[in-house]
Amino acid sequence: MDITFKNVDYIYQENSPFAHKAIENLSFHIPSGSFVAVIGHTGSGKSTLIQHLNGLIRPSNGEVHIGDFRLTNDDKPKNMKELRSRVGVVFQYPEHQLFEETVAKDIAFGPENFGVYKRDIEKRIKEIIPAVGLSEELLERSPFELSGGQMRRVAIAGVLAIKPEILVLDEPTAGLDPRGQKEIMEMFYDLHQKENLTTVLVTHSMEDAVKYADHVIILNKGTKYMEGKPEEVLTQQEALNKVQLDVPEMIEFLYAFEKRFGLPIPFKRQSVKQLADEIQHAMKEAGSHE
Amino acid sequence: MREKLIEFRNVSFRYGEEEPWVLKDVSFDIYKNEWVAIIGHNGSGKSTIAKLMNGLLFPQEGEIYINGQVVNQDTIWDIRKEVGMVFQNPDNQFVGTTVQDDVAFGMENRGIPRDEMIRRIDESLTAVGMQDYRLTEPHRLSGGQKQRVAIASVLAISPQVLILDEATAMLDPKGRLEIMSTVSNVQDRNELSLITITHDLREVVQAERVIVMNEGVIWDEAKPREIFAKKDRLREIGLDVPFIATLADELNKSGLRISNEPLNHEELLEDLWTLHSKM
Amino acid sequence: MNNSLIIGQYVPGNTIVHRLDPRTKITIIFFFVIFVFFANSVLSYGILTLFAIATTLITRIPLRYILKGLTPVWFLIIFTFILHIFVTKEGSVVFELFTFKIYSGGIIQGIAISLRFFLLILVTSLLTLTTTPIEITDAIEDMLHLLKKIKFPVHELALMMSISLRFIPTLMQETEKISKAQASRGVDFRTGPVKERIKAVVPLLVPLFVSAFKRAEELAMAMEARGYQGGEGRTKLRQLKIESIDFIVFIIFGCVVIGLFVTRIY
Repeated sequence: MDITFKNVDYIYQENSPFAHKAIENLSFHIPSGSFVAVIGHTGSGKSTLIQHLNGLIRPSNGEVHIGDFRLTNDDKPKNMKELRSRVGVVFQYPEHQLFEETVAKDIAFGPENFGVYKRDIEKRIKEIIPAVGLSEELLERSPFELSGGQMRRVAIAGVLAIKPEILVLDEPTAGLDPRGQKEIMEMFYDLHQKENLTTVLVTHSMEDAVKYADHVIILNKGTKYMEGKPEEVLTQQEALNKVQLDVPEMIEFLYAFEKRFGLPIPFKRQSVKQLADEIQHAMKEAGSHE
Repeated sequence: MREKLIEFRNVSFRYGEEEPWVLKDVSFDIYKNEWVAIIGHNGSGKSTIAKLMNGLLFPQEGEIYINGQVVNQDTIWDIRKEVGMVFQNPDNQFVGTTVQDDVAFGMENRGIPRDEMIRRIDESLTAVGMQDYRLTEPHRLSGGQKQRVAIASVLAISPQVLILDEATAMLDPKGRLEIMSTVSNVQDRNELSLITITHDLREVVQAERVIVMNEGVIWDEAKPREIFAKKDRLREIGLDVPFIATLADELNKSGLRISNEPLNHEELLEDLWTLHSKM
Repeated sequence: MNNSLIIGQYVPGNTIVHRLDPRTKITIIFFFVIFVFFANSVLSYGILTLFAIATTLITRIPLRYILKGLTPVWFLIIFTFILHIFVTKEGSVVFELFTFKIYSGGIIQGIAISLRFFLLILVTSLLTLTTTPIEITDAIEDMLHLLKKIKFPVHELALMMSISLRFIPTLMQETEKISKAQASRGVDFRTGPVKERIKAVVPLLVPLFVSAFKRAEELAMAMEARGYQGGEGRTKLRQLKIESIDFIVFIIFGCVVIGLFVTRIY
């Protein structure tokens, strides 16, 4: 399903002394099957954006299209439940939504609400458990006995069990240690590639954006600040610094290297090993010219 | 010889009789005015160390001394005057209804006179750059700002050591930078030992000494530069090696000999420059 | 949903009413409520209404906003009015339809009682609109001071109140977050039969309790780490101070009271 925003405004607590605009005149288009990173500071409108994607809120002005679903301010659509069965959202600290007695029941909760047959749910659980890096022994345990990292995986499994066509991730690795962060991101990237799952990743991490996304949207104070391919957008150091964002560390190093040595090395999402070779080559060549 | 501030002597700890040991025979010293980073993956026992230091937990085996005084039920109130802590969750340690009420909380507990409190609130909020938010309510602050207030609250009781127990783990990059620069500022200006507990290797660069925890034991104890040099083994225990250390490693492999383990971009560029001028 | 939460919520400002000592405000409201119950003439109602409206205007809070906040109460006021018209059978008949008669006494009574009701609610909501909850807590702690002598845990009560106040916004955010997460997993909180809707609350309440307990545990630990050992030997930063403005307001209110007594006598 494609995602389209057309001149979307969203105002919290409209017509009260506490009203404030969270999103202003936001337009963009995400084709089906992309991996998009949405980047911005706390308060840039990221979480407001996400809530439009499965109809938790509707735009104050403008239009949102998710596949055939259309969200506007005037009409109250009745098929929100269907939309939610096709757009899965992993919220920040998703382990806070666990509530069932057992892990299996909690994972089954979403699909049950959307009317999936019991037999199918069981099948889905069998597939998902290894995919999120859990073992089947945990299925009959209480989710509250698990470690923080395991709880996170159970919560993610609960969203994946819905079998969404669009997966929305709101800082899915917050609070995990480096190994956990890497495992979770690799898992989502795998899913995206294997099942061609449209993925919207909201993140603070420029490193994750540059590593996984094929399209980035930068938000600042509720408006779209930049949009494009990661290697085009995330290399614009000056523009990003202006809104207090940093470029990914490798790009920062490349700029510093160029400034010091006068040798430009273009960023093309190369590995650190490739980069080391390029630096070695560039320096050798510069040396032989002198 | 520097004066010892904190001593752990063969400390072992577990949460219950049936539970596995979280710390196993851990011994180390921390000196006055020193900055020590404790690093390890989640569940390595690093946060338990912090809670043992001011008597929020007590070890089953071994002893802990603060300023030569053993930590036990009778001494905790004295010890908590000397050991200030900032925890992970910015919300769950903010007691006051406004910033200044929160900074006052610890001083109120210790019966500090009101005039003195007002003076110290000013001082400590200025030290963390939050002097303009004295009357702000917590839900109007960012996570980074709340953590700065938490640091100010600790400074206001002028302890001898400030422990940051994963104080940046729940913050965005901006908040993390805020805290890291606040902390190094504060340590420069005050007579204060600093213990930062983290799983982020980038946050240990400024420390004088690093204690690496793994599975409840001290895995290594050395200067940041020496720790950075053990890249592959750090990855094995679930830690992430910073970009600059990885690059230095790859450069070495590609034939550019980087002699000194670089800690930041400038150091690596400097090394490369030296090589360049020799070519 | 958000609108109903605003009722009585503090609206920041810097008017005289905002700056008054909360104890002054509570005392005046206490007596105002008593006088409203004793009002019995057009003139006494007039004086009280004038006082309430004047105070409202001084706060500079938009009248539209206050009236909107009173929406749920309008129903009660109108209900009281209608009840009196039906029940009271005094004075002359004003209106007659078949056997149904409305008496002048009923209308007067209805207006009087509804007005009473309206004044009570207006004035008490002015307190919460112009005073931060923590100021009210401070005032209560101070005014209950005498109870300390009979071992009533005034300090603990005040601390509990202020911590609750501190965490209300946090828990509200949390509730919203969890209900959105569960809505995304297909829970419908708004439609469907009552039984289903009650069932839908479980996935909301369980996580809320779990998180509230976790917060409480962490908060207790943080408080202990910061040297909290109960009220003994504690000093206080927050201090209430009666200023000259409080005296002036008391004098003005005194004049209103004298006015009321005069109207009762003559």
